[in-house]
Amino acid sequence: MTGRVEGKVAFITGAARGQGRSHAIRLAEEGADIIAVDVCRDYPSVGYGMATEADLDQTVKAVEALDRRIVARQADVRDAAALKSAVDDGVAQLGRLDIVCANAGICTVQSWDEVTPQVWQDTLDTNLTGVWNTMVAAAPHLIAAGGGSIICTSSTAGIKGLPYLAPYVAAKHGVVGIAKTMANELAAHKIRVNTVHPTGVNTPMAEGLGGLETLLGRDPNLGPIFMNTLPVESVEARDISHAVLFLASDEAQYVTGLEFTVDAGNTIR
Amino acid sequence: MAGRVEGKVAFITGAARGQGRSHAIRLAEEGADIIAVDIAEDIDSVRRFYPGATEADLAETVKQVEALDRRIVAAKADVRDYGALKQALDSGVAELGHVDIVSANAGIFVFGEPAQLVTEGDWQDVIDINLTGVWHTAKAVIPHLIEQATGGSIVLTSSTAGLKGFPGVSQYTASKHAVVGLMRTLALELAPHSIRVNSVHPTGVATDMILNEATFRLFLPDAENPSREQAAEVFATTNALPVPWVEPRDISNAVLFLASDEARYVTGVTLPVDAGFTIK
Repeated sequence: MTGRVEGKVAFITGAARGQGRSHAIRLAEEGADIIAVDVCRDYPSVGYGMATEADLDQTVKAVEALDRRIVARQADVRDAAALKSAVDDGVAQLGRLDIVCANAGICTVQSWDEVTPQVWQDTLDTNLTGVWNTMVAAAPHLIAAGGGSIICTSSTAGIKGLPYLAPYVAAKHGVVGIAKTMANELAAHKIRVNTVHPTGVNTPMAEGLGGLETLLGRDPNLGPIFMNTLPVESVEARDISHAVLFLASDEAQYVTGLEFTVDAGNTIR
Repeated sequence: MAGRVEGKVAFITGAARGQGRSHAIRLAEEGADIIAVDIAEDIDSVRRFYPGATEADLAETVKQVEALDRRIVAAKADVRDYGALKQALDSGVAELGHVDIVSANAGIFVFGEPAQLVTEGDWQDVIDINLTGVWHTAKAVIPHLIEQATGGSIVLTSSTAGLKGFPGVSQYTASKHAVVGLMRTLALELAPHSIRVNSVHPTGVATDMILNEATFRLFLPDAENPSREQAAEVFATTNALPVPWVEPRDISNAVLFLASDEARYVTGVTLPVDAGFTIK
Protein backbone atom coordinates (compact mmCIF):
# COMPACT_ATOMS: atom_id res chain seq x y z
CA MET A 1 0.00 0.00 0.00
CA THR A 2 1.45 3.39 -0.94
CA GLY A 3 1.74 6.04 1.71
CA ARG A 4 -0.69 8.91 1.94
CA VAL A 5 1.98 11.45 0.90
CA GLU A 6 4.16 9.07 -1.11
CA GLY A 7 6.76 10.79 -3.25
CA LYS A 8 6.12 14.25 -1.83
CA VAL A 9 8.71 16.47 -0.14
CA ALA A 10 7.90 18.37 3.04
CA PHE A 11 9.68 21.43 4.43
CA ILE A 12 9.34 21.68 8.21
CA THR A 13 10.55 24.47 10.49
CA GLY A 14 11.22 23.83 14.16
CA ALA A 15 11.86 20.21 13.24
CA ALA A 16 14.46 19.33 15.88
CA ARG A 17 11.94 18.15 18.49
CA GLY A 18 8.35 18.39 19.69
CA GLN A 19 5.61 18.83 17.09
CA GLY A 20 8.08 19.54 14.28
CA ARG A 21 9.89 16.26 14.75
CA SER A 22 6.61 14.43 15.08
CA HIS A 23 5.39 15.94 11.77
CA ALA A 24 8.65 14.88 10.08
CA ILE A 25 8.23 11.31 11.30
CA ARG A 26 4.50 11.04 10.54
CA LEU A 27 4.95 12.43 7.01
CA ALA A 28 7.98 10.19 6.42
CA GLU A 29 5.97 7.16 7.60
CA GLU A 30 3.54 7.95 4.81
CA GLY A 31 6.21 8.27 2.16
CA ALA A 32 7.48 11.86 2.21
CA ASP A 33 11.06 13.08 2.14
CA ILE A 34 11.88 15.91 4.53
CA ILE A 35 13.66 19.25 4.52
CA ALA A 36 14.15 20.08 8.20
CA VAL A 37 15.32 23.31 9.79
CA ASP A 38 15.64 24.42 13.38
CA VAL A 39 17.43 27.31 15.07
CA CYS A 40 19.05 24.88 17.55
CA ARG A 41 19.94 27.74 19.83
CA ASP A 42 18.65 29.18 23.10
CA TYR A 43 16.95 32.59 23.12
CA PRO A 44 17.94 34.82 26.07
CA SER A 45 14.29 35.90 26.32
CA VAL A 46 12.90 32.36 26.56
CA GLY A 47 12.93 30.68 29.94
CA TYR A 48 13.11 27.08 28.80
CA GLY A 49 15.90 25.35 26.93
CA MET A 50 15.39 25.36 23.17
CA ALA A 51 16.19 22.51 20.83
CA THR A 52 19.82 21.55 20.20
CA GLU A 53 21.81 20.25 17.26
CA ALA A 54 21.69 16.85 18.94
CA ASP A 55 17.88 17.07 18.82
CA LEU A 56 17.97 17.85 15.11
CA ASP A 57 20.32 14.89 14.58
CA GLN A 58 17.77 12.73 16.37
CA THR A 59 15.08 13.83 13.91
CA VAL A 60 17.40 12.97 11.02
CA LYS A 61 17.99 9.49 12.46
CA ALA A 62 14.28 8.88 13.01
CA VAL A 63 13.40 9.85 9.42
CA GLU A 64 16.28 7.83 7.95
CA ALA A 65 15.17 4.83 10.00
CA LEU A 66 11.96 5.00 7.95
CA ASP A 67 13.99 4.77 4.75
CA ARG A 68 13.14 8.30 3.73
CA ARG A 69 15.60 11.01 2.79
CA ILE A 70 16.07 14.11 4.93
CA VAL A 71 18.07 17.28 4.43
CA ALA A 72 18.54 19.03 7.77
CA ARG A 73 20.02 22.43 8.38
CA GLN A 74 20.42 24.79 11.30
CA ALA A 75 18.51 27.92 10.33
CA ASP A 76 16.62 30.67 12.11
CA VAL A 77 13.16 31.48 10.73
CA ARG A 78 13.83 35.14 11.57
CA ASP A 79 16.60 35.13 8.97
CA ALA A 80 14.80 35.16 5.63
CA ALA A 81 17.99 34.68 3.61
CA ALA A 82 19.16 31.69 5.65
CA LEU A 83 15.73 30.14 5.42
CA LYS A 84 15.55 30.62 1.66
CA SER A 85 18.98 29.09 1.25
CA ALA A 86 17.93 26.08 3.36
CA VAL A 87 14.78 25.48 1.28
CA ASP A 88 16.56 26.03 -2.01
CA ASP A 89 19.31 23.57 -1.05
CA GLY A 90 16.78 21.02 0.15
CA VAL A 91 14.78 21.27 -3.05
CA ALA A 92 17.97 20.99 -5.10
CA GLN A 93 18.80 17.73 -3.32
CA LEU A 94 15.31 16.21 -3.08
CA GLY A 95 14.00 17.44 -6.39
CA ARG A 96 10.74 19.21 -5.49
CA LEU A 97 8.57 20.68 -2.75
CA ASP A 98 4.93 19.85 -2.02
CA ILE A 99 4.27 20.37 1.68
CA VAL A 100 5.25 23.16 4.06
CA CYS A 101 4.87 23.04 7.84
CA ALA A 102 5.49 26.48 9.29
CA ASN A 103 5.80 25.12 12.78
CA ALA A 104 8.70 26.89 14.54
CA GLY A 105 7.57 28.89 17.52
CA ILE A 106 8.39 30.09 21.01
CA CYS A 107 6.20 30.87 23.98
CA THR A 108 6.68 32.83 27.16
CA VAL A 109 4.25 33.32 30.04
CA GLN A 110 3.87 36.66 31.77
CA SER A 111 1.23 39.24 32.59
CA TRP A 112 0.85 42.16 30.18
CA ASP A 113 2.94 44.52 32.33
CA GLU A 114 5.78 42.02 32.46
CA VAL A 115 6.12 41.74 28.67
CA THR A 116 9.53 43.20 27.85
CA PRO A 117 10.18 44.80 24.45
CA GLN A 118 12.61 41.94 23.77
CA VAL A 119 10.03 39.22 24.51
CA TRP A 120 7.47 41.01 22.35
CA GLN A 121 9.91 41.35 19.47
CA ASP A 122 11.33 37.82 19.67
CA THR A 123 7.86 36.27 19.80
CA LEU A 124 6.48 38.28 16.88
CA ASP A 125 9.68 37.82 14.87
CA THR A 126 9.70 34.06 15.34
CA ASN A 127 6.02 33.09 15.49
CA LEU A 128 4.63 35.53 12.92
CA THR A 129 7.41 36.90 10.74
CA GLY A 130 9.02 33.44 10.81
CA VAL A 131 5.87 31.93 9.33
CA TRP A 132 5.80 34.65 6.71
CA ASN A 133 9.47 34.07 5.86
CA THR A 134 8.78 30.35 5.57
CA MET A 135 5.90 30.90 3.15
CA VAL A 136 7.81 33.39 1.04
CA ALA A 137 10.82 31.09 0.78
CA ALA A 138 8.70 28.04 -0.07
CA ALA A 139 5.89 29.36 -2.28
CA PRO A 140 7.97 29.70 -5.48
CA HIS A 141 8.87 26.00 -5.25
CA LEU A 142 5.21 25.03 -4.75
CA ILE A 143 4.20 27.15 -7.73
CA ALA A 144 6.90 25.40 -9.75
CA ALA A 145 5.55 22.02 -8.62
CA GLY A 146 2.05 22.95 -9.82
CA GLY A 147 0.44 23.00 -6.39
CA GLY A 148 0.98 22.15 -2.76
CA SER A 149 -0.16 22.39 0.81
CA ILE A 150 1.03 24.91 3.41
CA ILE A 151 0.17 24.20 7.03
CA CYS A 152 0.82 26.95 9.55
CA THR A 153 0.91 26.07 13.21
CA SER A 154 -1.28 28.48 15.10
CA SER A 155 -2.84 27.64 18.47
CA THR A 156 -6.03 27.95 20.49
CA ALA A 157 -4.27 31.26 21.22
CA GLY A 158 -4.90 32.09 17.55
CA ILE A 159 -8.63 31.97 18.25
CA LYS A 160 -9.03 33.02 21.90
CA GLY A 161 -7.39 35.74 23.96
CA LEU A 162 -5.56 33.44 26.35
CA PRO A 163 -4.41 35.49 29.35
CA TYR A 164 -0.72 35.95 30.23
CA LEU A 165 0.37 35.11 26.70
CA ALA A 166 -0.13 38.48 24.96
CA PRO A 167 2.78 38.36 22.46
CA TYR A 168 2.07 34.71 21.67
CA VAL A 169 -1.66 35.38 21.19
CA ALA A 170 -0.93 38.35 18.93
CA ALA A 171 1.46 36.31 16.77
CA LYS A 172 -0.83 33.27 16.56
CA HIS A 173 -3.81 35.43 15.55
CA GLY A 174 -1.57 37.06 12.97
CA VAL A 175 -0.72 33.67 11.52
CA VAL A 176 -4.42 33.10 10.78
CA GLY A 177 -4.55 36.38 8.89
CA ILE A 178 -1.62 35.66 6.63
CA ALA A 179 -2.76 32.07 6.08
CA LYS A 180 -6.20 33.20 4.88
CA THR A 181 -4.72 35.88 2.66
CA MET A 182 -2.23 33.45 1.15
CA ALA A 183 -5.01 30.87 0.69
CA ASN A 184 -6.71 33.36 -1.60
CA GLU A 185 -3.56 34.61 -3.34
CA LEU A 186 -2.14 31.15 -3.99
CA ALA A 187 -5.39 29.31 -4.82
CA ALA A 188 -4.97 29.92 -8.54
CA HIS A 189 -1.73 27.92 -8.32
CA LYS A 190 -3.59 25.03 -6.60
CA ILE A 191 -1.74 25.77 -3.39
CA ARG A 192 -3.79 25.28 -0.26
CA VAL A 193 -3.08 27.12 2.99
CA ASN A 194 -4.54 26.04 6.31
CA THR A 195 -3.80 26.58 10.00
CA VAL A 196 -3.82 24.03 12.82
CA HIS A 197 -4.79 25.09 16.32
CA PRO A 198 -3.58 22.72 19.02
CA THR A 199 -4.60 22.92 22.64
CA GLY A 200 -1.74 22.17 25.04
CA VAL A 201 0.59 19.54 23.56
CA ASN A 202 2.99 17.37 25.58
CA THR A 203 6.26 18.77 24.26
CA PRO A 204 9.42 20.31 25.75
CA MET A 205 7.96 23.77 25.01
CA ALA A 206 4.84 23.09 27.07
CA GLU A 207 6.91 21.62 29.87
CA GLY A 208 8.96 24.81 29.89
CA LEU A 209 5.93 27.03 30.44
CA GLY A 210 6.25 27.62 34.15
CA GLY A 211 4.40 30.33 35.99
CA LEU A 212 0.92 30.04 34.52
CA GLU A 213 -0.62 28.58 37.64
CA THR A 214 0.82 31.30 39.84
CA LEU A 215 -0.54 33.96 37.51
CA LEU A 216 -3.95 32.29 37.38
CA GLY A 217 -3.93 32.40 41.17
CA ARG A 218 -4.30 36.18 40.85
CA ASP A 219 -7.58 35.80 38.99
CA PRO A 220 -9.06 32.30 39.26
CA ASN A 221 -11.93 33.33 36.94
CA LEU A 222 -9.47 33.06 34.06
CA GLY A 223 -8.56 29.42 34.70
CA PRO A 224 -11.43 27.82 32.74
CA ILE A 225 -10.22 29.52 29.53
CA PHE A 226 -7.48 26.89 29.41
CA MET A 227 -9.81 23.94 30.01
CA ASN A 228 -10.70 21.45 27.29
CA THR A 229 -14.14 20.00 26.58
CA LEU A 230 -13.05 16.41 26.09
CA PRO A 231 -11.80 14.80 29.30
CA VAL A 232 -8.09 15.24 28.59
CA GLU A 233 -5.67 17.91 29.84
CA SER A 234 -3.33 17.91 26.89
CA VAL A 235 -2.78 16.03 23.64
CA GLU A 236 0.23 14.36 22.05
CA ALA A 237 2.35 15.78 19.23
CA ARG A 238 1.24 12.88 17.06
CA ASP A 239 -2.39 14.02 17.29
CA ILE A 240 -1.37 17.27 15.63
CA SER A 241 0.71 15.36 13.08
CA HIS A 242 -2.35 13.34 12.03
CA ALA A 243 -4.15 16.58 11.21
CA VAL A 244 -1.08 17.92 9.40
CA LEU A 245 -0.87 14.70 7.40
CA PHE A 246 -4.53 14.97 6.39
CA LEU A 247 -4.09 18.57 5.26
CA ALA A 248 -0.83 17.72 3.49
CA SER A 249 -2.30 14.79 1.57
CA ASP A 250 -4.41 14.79 -1.57
CA GLU A 251 -7.31 13.60 0.60
CA ALA A 252 -7.65 17.28 1.45
CA GLN A 253 -7.16 18.51 -2.11
CA TYR A 254 -10.12 20.92 -1.79
CA VAL A 255 -9.55 21.98 1.81
CA THR A 256 -8.12 25.49 2.08
CA GLY A 257 -8.45 28.47 4.40
CA LEU A 258 -9.47 26.25 7.30
CA GLU A 259 -8.72 26.95 10.95
CA PHE A 260 -8.35 23.34 12.00
CA THR A 261 -8.63 22.99 15.76
CA VAL A 262 -7.05 19.91 17.32
CA ASP A 263 -7.93 21.20 20.72
CA ALA A 264 -10.09 18.65 22.53
CA GLY A 265 -12.89 21.20 22.22
CA ASN A 266 -11.02 24.01 24.01
CA THR A 267 -12.34 26.74 21.72
CA ILE A 268 -16.00 25.67 21.74
CA ARG A 269 -16.52 26.00 25.48
CA MET B 1 -2.08 -2.91 7.17
CA ALA B 2 -5.20 -2.36 9.26
CA GLY B 3 -7.74 0.08 7.87
CA ARG B 4 -8.10 3.50 9.42
CA VAL B 5 -11.53 2.65 10.88
CA GLU B 6 -11.01 -1.10 11.11
CA GLY B 7 -13.60 -2.90 13.19
CA LYS B 8 -15.86 0.13 13.61
CA VAL B 9 -19.50 0.37 12.55
CA ALA B 10 -20.81 3.47 10.79
CA PHE B 11 -24.45 4.61 10.65
CA ILE B 12 -25.10 6.67 7.51
CA THR B 13 -28.31 8.43 6.49
CA GLY B 14 -29.03 9.26 2.87
CA ALA B 15 -26.78 6.36 1.91
CA ALA B 16 -28.45 5.28 -1.33
CA ARG B 17 -26.38 7.49 -3.60
CA GLY B 18 -24.26 10.65 -3.81
CA GLN B 19 -22.20 11.61 -0.78
CA GLY B 20 -23.88 9.05 1.49
CA ARG B 21 -22.96 6.13 -0.76
CA SER B 22 -19.46 7.51 -1.15
CA HIS B 23 -19.06 7.72 2.65
CA ALA B 24 -20.25 4.12 2.98
CA ILE B 25 -17.72 2.92 0.44
CA ARG B 26 -14.81 5.00 1.77
CA LEU B 27 -15.40 3.90 5.37
CA ALA B 28 -15.85 0.28 4.26
CA GLU B 29 -12.57 0.49 2.30
CA GLU B 30 -10.90 1.36 5.60
CA GLY B 31 -12.48 -1.51 7.48
CA ALA B 32 -15.87 -0.32 8.77
CA ASP B 33 -19.19 -2.14 8.60
CA ILE B 34 -22.16 -0.02 7.61
CA ILE B 35 -25.72 0.64 8.73
CA ALA B 36 -27.31 2.44 5.79
CA VAL B 37 -30.67 4.17 5.59
CA ASP B 38 -32.35 6.19 2.88
CA ILE B 39 -35.89 7.31 2.15
CA ALA B 40 -35.40 5.77 -1.33
CA GLU B 41 -38.42 7.66 -2.63
CA ASP B 42 -39.25 10.89 -4.39
CA ILE B 43 -40.16 13.82 -2.14
CA ASP B 44 -42.98 15.94 -3.58
CA SER B 45 -41.39 19.34 -2.99
CA VAL B 46 -38.05 18.20 -4.42
CA ARG B 47 -39.30 16.45 -7.57
CA ARG B 48 -39.27 19.64 -9.63
CA PHE B 49 -35.52 20.01 -8.95
CA TYR B 50 -34.17 16.47 -9.16
CA PRO B 51 -35.47 12.92 -8.66
CA GLY B 52 -35.11 11.17 -5.32
CA ALA B 53 -32.93 8.14 -4.69
CA THR B 54 -34.51 4.75 -5.32
CA GLU B 55 -34.50 1.32 -3.72
CA ALA B 56 -32.27 0.23 -6.61
CA ASP B 57 -29.78 2.93 -5.59
CA LEU B 58 -29.75 1.66 -2.02
CA ALA B 59 -29.26 -1.89 -3.29
CA GLU B 60 -26.28 -0.66 -5.31
CA THR B 61 -24.69 0.80 -2.15
CA VAL B 62 -25.18 -2.58 -0.47
CA LYS B 63 -23.55 -4.32 -3.39
CA GLN B 64 -20.55 -2.00 -3.41
CA VAL B 65 -19.93 -2.31 0.33
CA GLU B 66 -20.23 -6.09 0.16
CA ALA B 67 -17.78 -6.12 -2.73
CA LEU B 68 -15.27 -4.71 -0.22
CA ASP B 69 -15.90 -7.69 2.07
CA ARG B 70 -17.58 -5.58 4.69
CA ARG B 71 -21.01 -6.16 6.17
CA ILE B 72 -23.88 -3.75 5.58
CA VAL B 73 -27.39 -3.58 6.99
CA ALA B 74 -29.58 -1.37 4.83
CA ALA B 75 -33.10 -0.16 5.48
CA LYS B 76 -35.57 2.13 3.81
CA ALA B 77 -36.28 4.83 6.38
CA ASP B 78 -37.22 8.50 6.34
CA VAL B 79 -35.15 10.69 8.70
CA ARG B 80 -38.37 12.62 9.43
CA ASP B 81 -39.84 9.48 10.99
CA TYR B 82 -37.97 9.09 14.27
CA GLY B 83 -39.55 5.73 15.06
CA ALA B 84 -38.59 4.22 11.73
CA LEU B 85 -35.08 5.66 11.90
CA LYS B 86 -34.52 4.35 15.42
CA GLN B 87 -35.80 0.93 14.44
CA ALA B 88 -33.46 0.79 11.44
CA LEU B 89 -30.51 1.78 13.59
CA ASP B 90 -31.40 -0.59 16.43
CA SER B 91 -31.72 -3.50 14.01
CA GLY B 92 -28.36 -2.65 12.49
CA VAL B 93 -26.69 -2.45 15.89
CA ALA B 94 -28.29 -5.77 16.89
CA GLU B 95 -26.82 -7.39 13.80
CA LEU B 96 -23.41 -5.70 13.67
CA GLY B 97 -22.81 -5.50 17.40
CA HIS B 98 -22.18 -1.80 17.98
CA VAL B 99 -22.07 1.63 16.36
CA ASP B 100 -19.09 4.00 16.50
CA ILE B 101 -19.39 6.45 13.65
CA VAL B 102 -22.39 8.49 12.57
CA SER B 103 -22.75 10.35 9.31
CA ALA B 104 -25.92 12.47 9.41
CA ASN B 105 -25.89 13.08 5.70
CA ALA B 106 -29.47 12.89 4.39
CA GLY B 107 -30.60 16.21 2.97
CA ILE B 108 -32.49 17.97 0.22
CA PHE B 109 -31.65 21.09 -1.74
CA VAL B 110 -34.46 23.33 -2.96
CA PHE B 111 -34.28 26.98 -3.83
CA GLY B 112 -35.35 29.64 -6.25
CA GLU B 113 -37.50 32.18 -4.42
CA PRO B 114 -36.74 35.03 -2.06
CA ALA B 115 -37.67 34.08 1.51
CA GLN B 116 -41.05 35.83 1.49
CA LEU B 117 -42.24 33.75 -1.45
CA VAL B 118 -41.21 30.33 -0.10
CA THR B 119 -44.34 28.29 0.60
CA GLU B 120 -44.87 26.92 4.07
CA GLY B 121 -44.80 23.37 2.75
CA ASP B 122 -41.47 23.82 0.96
CA TRP B 123 -39.97 25.48 4.03
CA GLN B 124 -41.18 22.72 6.31
CA ASP B 125 -39.83 19.86 4.18
CA VAL B 126 -36.32 21.32 4.19
CA ILE B 127 -36.31 22.00 7.93
CA ASP B 128 -37.84 18.59 8.67
CA ILE B 129 -35.26 16.68 6.62
CA ASN B 130 -32.08 18.77 6.85
CA LEU B 131 -32.40 19.83 10.49
CA THR B 132 -34.94 17.71 12.38
CA GLY B 133 -33.70 14.63 10.50
CA VAL B 134 -30.17 15.31 11.75
CA TRP B 135 -31.46 15.72 15.29
CA HIS B 136 -33.44 12.48 14.94
CA THR B 137 -30.28 10.73 13.80
CA ALA B 138 -28.35 12.03 16.80
CA LYS B 139 -31.23 11.27 19.18
CA ALA B 140 -31.41 7.67 17.98
CA VAL B 141 -27.68 6.99 18.13
CA ILE B 142 -26.48 8.84 21.22
CA PRO B 143 -27.91 6.32 23.73
CA HIS B 144 -25.98 3.55 21.95
CA LEU B 145 -22.74 5.55 22.04
CA ILE B 146 -23.11 6.46 25.70
CA GLU B 147 -24.03 2.93 26.72
CA GLN B 148 -21.07 1.45 24.84
CA ALA B 149 -18.77 3.87 26.70
CA THR B 150 -16.14 3.64 23.97
CA GLY B 151 -16.47 7.19 22.65
CA GLY B 152 -17.57 7.78 19.08
CA SER B 153 -17.55 10.26 16.23
CA ILE B 154 -20.60 12.05 14.86
CA VAL B 155 -20.20 13.95 11.60
CA LEU B 156 -23.04 16.22 10.52
CA THR B 157 -23.24 17.22 6.88
CA SER B 158 -23.74 20.95 6.66
CA SER B 159 -22.71 23.06 3.67
CA THR B 160 -21.01 26.28 2.69
CA ALA B 161 -24.62 27.44 3.17
CA GLY B 162 -24.08 26.62 6.84
CA LEU B 163 -21.44 29.34 7.04
CA LYS B 164 -22.58 31.97 4.53
CA GLY B 165 -25.89 33.41 3.36
CA PHE B 166 -27.25 32.54 -0.09
CA PRO B 167 -29.91 34.72 -1.71
CA GLY B 168 -32.78 32.61 -3.00
CA VAL B 169 -31.86 29.64 -0.84
CA SER B 170 -33.24 30.76 2.53
CA GLN B 171 -34.75 27.49 3.74
CA TYR B 172 -31.68 25.39 2.91
CA THR B 173 -29.30 28.02 4.32
CA ALA B 174 -31.32 28.27 7.54
CA SER B 175 -31.34 24.49 7.94
CA LYS B 176 -27.59 24.14 7.33
CA HIS B 177 -26.72 26.99 9.74
CA ALA B 178 -28.91 25.33 12.36
CA VAL B 179 -26.99 22.09 11.92
CA VAL B 180 -23.87 23.98 13.08
CA GLY B 181 -25.66 25.11 16.23
CA LEU B 182 -26.75 21.56 16.91
CA MET B 183 -23.21 20.29 16.26
CA ARG B 184 -21.65 22.77 18.68
CA THR B 185 -24.15 21.97 21.41
CA LEU B 186 -23.83 18.21 20.94
CA ALA B 187 -20.03 18.54 21.06
CA LEU B 188 -20.34 20.09 24.52
CA GLU B 189 -23.04 17.72 25.77
CA LEU B 190 -21.20 14.60 24.62
CA ALA B 191 -17.56 15.49 25.35
CA PRO B 192 -17.66 13.97 28.85
CA HIS B 193 -18.40 10.66 27.09
CA SER B 194 -15.44 11.17 24.70
CA ILE B 195 -17.93 11.41 21.85
CA ARG B 196 -16.80 13.92 19.25
CA VAL B 197 -19.14 15.93 17.05
CA ASN B 198 -18.04 17.87 13.96
CA SER B 199 -19.61 19.20 10.77
CA VAL B 200 -18.42 19.15 7.17
CA HIS B 201 -19.16 21.98 4.77
CA PRO B 202 -18.90 21.01 1.12
CA THR B 203 -18.97 23.45 -1.75
CA GLY B 204 -20.90 22.11 -4.75
CA VAL B 205 -20.43 18.35 -5.05
CA ALA B 206 -20.81 16.46 -8.31
CA THR B 207 -24.01 14.58 -7.39
CA ASP B 208 -27.56 14.45 -8.72
CA MET B 209 -28.48 17.16 -6.21
CA ILE B 210 -26.24 19.72 -7.93
CA LEU B 211 -25.70 18.46 -11.48
CA ASN B 212 -29.21 19.16 -12.74
CA GLU B 213 -30.77 21.80 -14.91
CA ALA B 214 -32.68 23.46 -12.08
CA THR B 215 -29.45 24.09 -10.14
CA PHE B 216 -27.63 25.23 -13.28
CA ARG B 217 -30.39 27.78 -13.78
CA LEU B 218 -29.89 29.12 -10.25
CA PHE B 219 -26.36 30.06 -11.28
CA LEU B 220 -27.29 31.06 -14.84
CA PRO B 221 -30.69 32.73 -14.47
CA ASP B 222 -30.65 34.17 -17.99
CA ALA B 223 -29.71 31.02 -19.89
CA GLU B 224 -32.49 29.13 -21.69
CA ASN B 225 -31.03 25.64 -21.38
CA PRO B 226 -27.87 25.96 -19.31
CA SER B 227 -25.36 23.22 -20.05
CA ARG B 228 -23.05 21.48 -17.63
CA GLU B 229 -20.09 23.24 -19.27
CA GLN B 230 -21.67 26.69 -18.89
CA ALA B 231 -22.51 25.92 -15.29
CA ALA B 232 -18.98 24.73 -14.59
CA GLU B 233 -17.60 28.10 -15.63
CA VAL B 234 -19.87 29.98 -13.27
CA PHE B 235 -19.44 27.49 -10.40
CA ALA B 236 -15.65 27.85 -10.71
CA THR B 237 -15.84 31.58 -10.07
CA THR B 238 -17.38 30.91 -6.64
CA ASN B 239 -14.42 28.83 -5.40
CA ALA B 240 -10.90 30.05 -4.62
CA LEU B 241 -9.23 26.92 -6.02
CA PRO B 242 -9.65 26.55 -9.78
CA VAL B 243 -12.41 23.89 -9.77
CA PRO B 244 -16.16 24.12 -10.40
CA TRP B 245 -17.20 21.50 -7.88
CA VAL B 246 -15.65 18.65 -5.92
CA GLU B 247 -16.26 14.90 -5.93
CA PRO B 248 -18.19 12.97 -3.25
CA ARG B 249 -14.96 11.18 -2.37
CA ASP B 250 -13.36 14.47 -1.33
CA ILE B 251 -16.03 14.85 1.32
CA SER B 252 -15.69 11.19 2.27
CA ASN B 253 -11.97 11.64 2.93
CA ALA B 254 -12.79 14.41 5.42
CA VAL B 255 -15.51 12.27 7.02
CA LEU B 256 -13.04 9.38 7.25
CA PHE B 257 -10.46 11.55 9.01
CA LEU B 258 -13.01 12.84 11.50
CA ALA B 259 -14.39 9.32 12.03
CA SER B 260 -10.98 7.79 12.69
CA ASP B 261 -8.96 7.80 15.91
CA GLU B 262 -6.47 10.07 14.12
CA ALA B 263 -8.93 12.82 15.04
CA ARG B 264 -9.47 11.66 18.62
CA TYR B 265 -9.08 15.19 19.98
CA VAL B 266 -10.91 16.98 17.17
CA THR B 267 -14.37 18.10 18.20
CA GLY B 268 -16.57 21.11 17.48
CA VAL B 269 -14.91 21.80 14.14
CA THR B 270 -16.72 23.21 11.11
CA LEU B 271 -14.59 21.56 8.41
CA PRO B 272 -15.03 23.16 4.99
CA VAL B 273 -14.26 20.99 1.98
CA ASP B 274 -15.11 23.89 -0.20
CA ALA B 275 -12.17 24.71 -2.47
CA GLY B 276 -11.92 27.99 -0.58
CA PHE B 277 -15.53 29.07 -1.17
CA THR B 278 -15.95 30.49 2.32
CA ILE B 279 -12.68 32.46 2.44
CA LYS B 280 -13.45 34.52 -0.63
